Amino acid sequence: MILEKQPLIFELGKPGRKAVDLPKLDVPEADNLVPVKYARTQKAALPELSQLELMRHYTQLSNRNFGVDTGFYPLGSCTMKYNPKINEDISRYPGLSLLHPLQATETVQGALEILYKCEQALAEISGMKAVTMQPAAGAHGELTGLKLIRAYHRDRNDLARTKVIVPDSAHGTNPASAAVCGMEAVEIKSEADGSIDLAALKAAVGPDTAALMLTNPSTLGLFENKIEAIAKIVHDAGGLLYYDGANSNAIMGIVRPGDMGFDVVHLNLHKTFSTPHGGGGPGSGPVGVKEDLVKFLPNPRVQCNAGVYSWITSEKSIGKMQAFHGNFGIIIRAYAYILSMGGEGLRRSSEDAVLNANYCKKMLEEAYDSPFDRFCMHECVLTSLKQKPYGIHTLDIAKRLLDYGYHPPTIYFPLIVEEAIMIEPTESESKETLDGFIDAMKKIAEEAATTPELVHNAPHNTIVSRLDETLAARNPVVKWEAQ
Amino acid sequence: MKIPAELKYSSDHEWVKVEGNKATIGITDFAQDQLGDVVFVEVPEVDAELTATEGLGTIESVKAVSDVYSPVSGKVIEVNEQLEDAPQLINEDAYGKGWICVVELSNPAEINDLLNAEAYEKLLLEEA
Repeated sequence: MILEKQPLIFELGKPGRKAVDLPKLDVPEADNLVPVKYARTQKAALPELSQLELMRHYTQLSNRNFGVDTGFYPLGSCTMKYNPKINEDISRYPGLSLLHPLQATETVQGALEILYKCEQALAEISGMKAVTMQPAAGAHGELTGLKLIRAYHRDRNDLARTKVIVPDSAHGTNPASAAVCGMEAVEIKSEADGSIDLAALKAAVGPDTAALMLTNPSTLGLFENKIEAIAKIVHDAGGLLYYDGANSNAIMGIVRPGDMGFDVVHLNLHKTFSTPHGGGGPGSGPVGVKEDLVKFLPNPRVQCNAGVYSWITSEKSIGKMQAFHGNFGIIIRAYAYILSMGGEGLRRSSEDAVLNANYCKKMLEEAYDSPFDRFCMHECVLTSLKQKPYGIHTLDIAKRLLDYGYHPPTIYFPLIVEEAIMIEPTESESKETLDGFIDAMKKIAEEAATTPELVHNAPHNTIVSRLDETLAARNPVVKWEAQ
Repeated sequence: MKIPAELKYSSDHEWVKVEGNKATIGITDFAQDQLGDVVFVEVPEVDAELTATEGLGTIESVKAVSDVYSPVSGKVIEVNEQLEDAPQLINEDAYGKGWICVVELSNPAEINDLLNAEAYEKLLLEEA
């Protein structure tokens, strides 16, 4: 039973109540552990609850969560695939979970082997020479990749290359990463289908071009067929190609970014390689590079000499991108996934992801506007333009889906498609699940035409209905204060 | 959709009100409607030099963050400081209290490149 009202933890309990009774102190109390000038003079106003109250509070809150284990989660561009439990099991082996990153290498040979072999597997899958596992997530991978690209240009004394070309269909993180890296993002307009406008690209490249950042398939879920011509234009101008791996779940095991001409790649383990996504993951965004950029990779890197693993450093490295060696527990999960799937399995999962997306697209083409008349990859973009005459917008449809028990798809992205609804079912889902979702979407299209108020005021079955997002953004209250 | 006859318009949905050598800039009623509830407006700094068609600031709505492009070139002589505390003025009164900045024109001839109300209305019909 999910309670309608759940007080804040500060509003629960009574003064003096404790969750754990500690034994009486039977040794002399240490004085001045904290220097007097830093010690607080008043007791901190912490919640005081019994253990049972505490458990109920957090269990109640956790029941309100919605995850892949709860239901269908077709969030476009996010690849909310199932996280197989064997990955969780293996990552919890004491020999892995109890390690310290500063342990002597001879005591952690197995952990180093996992890092090394996972790097090699990702290099093979992406068509790169070497991979760093340090980046903590996708955008961190982008920053790492751009720093590598900048180091590459600087090392050749080509200091003018400071501009990063980004199509207007890109993920917002691309221009943001360029800015954080101290480079300048240059936006180019895409074709209506989100593909690169070759003329616009030609006009944008020059002696100041550091790189083009590209997602393929694009953020519209369509494969960029002109990728070879694009790579040639950028390389001829002296720039490098950066692959945003957000949509790798469409191509894994089928085509490799390295073979398309990309020089630097990031992959999201929390998307493509089935590690937890959302709720803080944590993420992991390994970055792969071609031969010419290997010497710039973050320090240290694992090497293997006659079966013995050790750390090496490179003088030209961009330095560390993380305190230690990346989100190791996540890397274990991804490596377990790669091994349990095998090459054939990885290819099959991409094929099924593409099949599932095309099935959704085809089945919903009548009820919803489908702006692109071609096969999609792992996700499809629909719009609510057919519902517009009834005053129903994409947001309303997304909210109504909550009543049917589905997590809504991504909405209003990509930005270049008006009223976008972006559905990414992933390969994890059965045909029955997809059919259930398709039925709900069709029903909502009917409701939009016959009882638009029902859709407009949705959701009706959730604990809270529509929140005032405008008020929250204009006047955010981020701190609890005692009444 | 309101399109006052006395204003000039850019194809990026900004409006310009020209008075002598000065121009007041804002976004159109259509633009605010597309953006939805505006929650934050980044205005340029006074004395900033603006170039026609280049960014002058950003508008954040509940839906997205969008660049605002300057329809004209010139120096910023006044900005609408009220937008900091009341970004909703853009939604409530796009052509009035929702103005963004006033510019001293450095190239008044650029005004001729902008659309009049009739041409802007036509543009909206084409985009719809």
